[in-house]
Amino acid sequence: MSAQEYAFVVVAVIGSLAALSVVMARNVVHAALFLVIALASVGVTFLLVGAEFVGWTQILIYVGAIVILFLFGLMLTKAPIGRDTLDHRWENRIVGGVVALLLFLGLASLTLRVWPLDATPASAPVAGSTAALGESLFHDYVLPFEVVSFLLLAALIGAIVLARKDDS
Amino acid sequence: MIRLPLVLIFAALLFSAGVYGVLARRNAVMVLMAIELMLNAVNLNLVAFAAALQDVTGQVFALFVIAVAAAEVGIGLAIVILLFRNRASINVDEVDLLKW
Repeated sequence: MSAQEYAFVVVAVIGSLAALSVVMARNVVHAALFLVIALASVGVTFLLVGAEFVGWTQILIYVGAIVILFLFGLMLTKAPIGRDTLDHRWENRIVGGVVALLLFLGLASLTLRVWPLDATPASAPVAGSTAALGESLFHDYVLPFEVVSFLLLAALIGAIVLARKDDS
Repeated sequence: MIRLPLVLIFAALLFSAGVYGVLARRNAVMVLMAIELMLNAVNLNLVAFAAALQDVTGQVFALFVIAVAAAEVGIGLAIVILLFRNRASINVDEVDLLKW
C-alpha cells in the first residue's frame, strides 16, 4: 500500500463513522455538524485521488454553504430537535437498517468481485487535471454548463418565492 | 495512487448510510441530509472512475452533480420551511394529503 492509500484509509474510516453518526444522531444539530466531517472527508478523498478542483469545490460549496443552509433551515423551523419526538417508530429503523446493510454488502461484494483488491493496479491521478477539466467543461460541455447555471438561477428564485411570507 | 475498489467501498458505505437515513428518519431536514450523503457517494464514484479511466469527464459530471445538489437543497429547505409554517411540523409522515 502506498502512503496515499494509508491516508485514504484513515480519511475513509473517519468519514464513514461521521456518516453513520449523521443518520444515527439524536440531535439534529449534531447531525449537521457530523455532516461537515463526512463531506470534508469526501473532499479530502477527491484531493487524494488527484481531483484538486472538484475537491476544493466540494469543501467550499458543501462545508461552506450547504451545511450552513441546513443549520439555517433547522433554526427557522424551530421544530422539535430530539430524536424521540419524531422518530419513535421502531419498524422504520429496523427496515431501514436491514435494507441499508443488504445494500452495502451487495455493493461491496460486487465491487470486490469485479475489481479484486490485490489484482487491481493503483490508478494514477489524471495529469494536469484542473486544466483538462476547464478545457473539457468549457469546450465539450458548454451547453450542459449553461443549462445547469440556468437551473441554479431558477431554483434560487423558486426558493425565494416559496419561502417568502404572504402579505395578504 | 489509490486503488479503485477502496474508494468504491467507501462510496458504498456512504450511500448505504444515506439510504438508512431516508428510510428511518422522519425529520424532513434529516432526510435532506441523508440525500446529500447519497449524492456525495455518487460523486465519489464519478471521480474515482475518472482517475481509473484517465478521463476527466467524470470530474465534469461531479461538478454538475454538486451544482444540482445545491439547487436541490435550496428548494428542499424552502419547502420544509413552508411546510413548518403551514402545518407546524416537519414530520414527513404527516404530509400525506395526496396519499389515498
